Amino acid sequence: MGTVFSFDIRAPGVSAHALQGVVDWLHRMDAMFSTYRPDSEISLLDRGGLELGECSPEVHEVLELCEQASRDSGGYFTARLPGGLDPSGMVKGWAVERASIMLQAAGSTAHAVNGGGDIQLLGKPQAGRPWTIGIADPFRRTALATTVAGTDMAVATSSTAERGQHIIDPTSGRPATALASITVTGRHLTTVDAYATAALAMGEKAKSWITGLSGVEAFAISATGERWQTPHFPTPGNPGN
Amino acid sequence: MKRAIVTIAATIAGIVLLLGFKTHPMPETTSTGPVAASSPTAGASLQPSSGPTATGAPATGAPATGTTTLTGTTVETQYGPVQVQVTITGTKITDVTAIQVPSGNGRDQQINSYAIPQLTQEVLTAQSAHVDMVSGGTYTSEGYLTSLQSALDKIGIK
Repeated sequence: MGTVFSFDIRAPGVSAHALQGVVDWLHRMDAMFSTYRPDSEISLLDRGGLELGECSPEVHEVLELCEQASRDSGGYFTARLPGGLDPSGMVKGWAVERASIMLQAAGSTAHAVNGGGDIQLLGKPQAGRPWTIGIADPFRRTALATTVAGTDMAVATSSTAERGQHIIDPTSGRPATALASITVTGRHLTTVDAYATAALAMGEKAKSWITGLSGVEAFAISATGERWQTPHFPTPGNPGN
Repeated sequence: MKRAIVTIAATIAGIVLLLGFKTHPMPETTSTGPVAASSPTAGASLQPSSGPTATGAPATGAPATGTTTLTGTTVETQYGPVQVQVTITGTKITDVTAIQVPSGNGRDQQINSYAIPQLTQEVLTAQSAHVDMVSGGTYTSEGYLTSLQSALDKIGIK
């Protein structure tokens, strides 16, 4: 899959053993959900090699969450892609959020977990300031488009620049092209990751959709470079949570 | 094949590139001796438990010294070979160097966008902009990750 997971744990006392456990779990989830592995449960389920009843509880959980996200987004989020069953638009966020919860259970009160650019935050990196997260500029690899700040917050960015990811507009069946990237913030990365995927597929309709959701904000850059953000997008001057 | 050396000085402050780790005694010389990578934030680094896998300088509080440079295996990718060198000073990954990058005419753009690991680029960006982490961008540089992983494997970081 090639996703890099980074952990920034600011709370003392999280044991190496606990962290290793989280990493091991992430490897297992990769094996379970990777659409690049023909022997993953997701791939087997898609091709009929496995029945849903034979799949792990995590697969059930993720597929149910995908159905919920599909309902929430009027179908713009979907795990039923033209190429087959593919919950990738949510799995990363779900896995990172679960990893964050595991770290909390292991005693952490402040950390940031980043899986391929989808980030779940907890607490503060140091006393007196929130986490500060840069948002990559989809047009310039070494630049940041903006920054967000928050404490118990999740940040997910969906962009057409992500390699290997094709966001399809389900109403047209063709790739969504209006937005170059969209960043969604909220409390829970599982939700926020799925909504970022849906929002990219929605294009310009995403602004009113996200504005209408409570607890979720967005910042977007169109394919032609115009930017917009929802009213309470958590910039450093107005941090989230 | 042409060898292009791209050196990226990156003190990964506040970011732990972690795919798994064990702690080991610090090496005396620059060799492929084992070393631990941990969070460089002072006073808030990971506290290894006293279990069988957790030994070494960070846990005991003794200052970690010495520099180790490790070379990953060459990974063949669809663009050509990628090989990564990791420098670890004390307990920090202080340098990541792509010592082999895909070569070919008229592909500077492609090489630049592929061979300079996106993760390291964004670390640099994060450093200069004083952010803790970066959302967005691509992290799917397979060759880089595999070579980096093999370098870390040599010192027992899974």
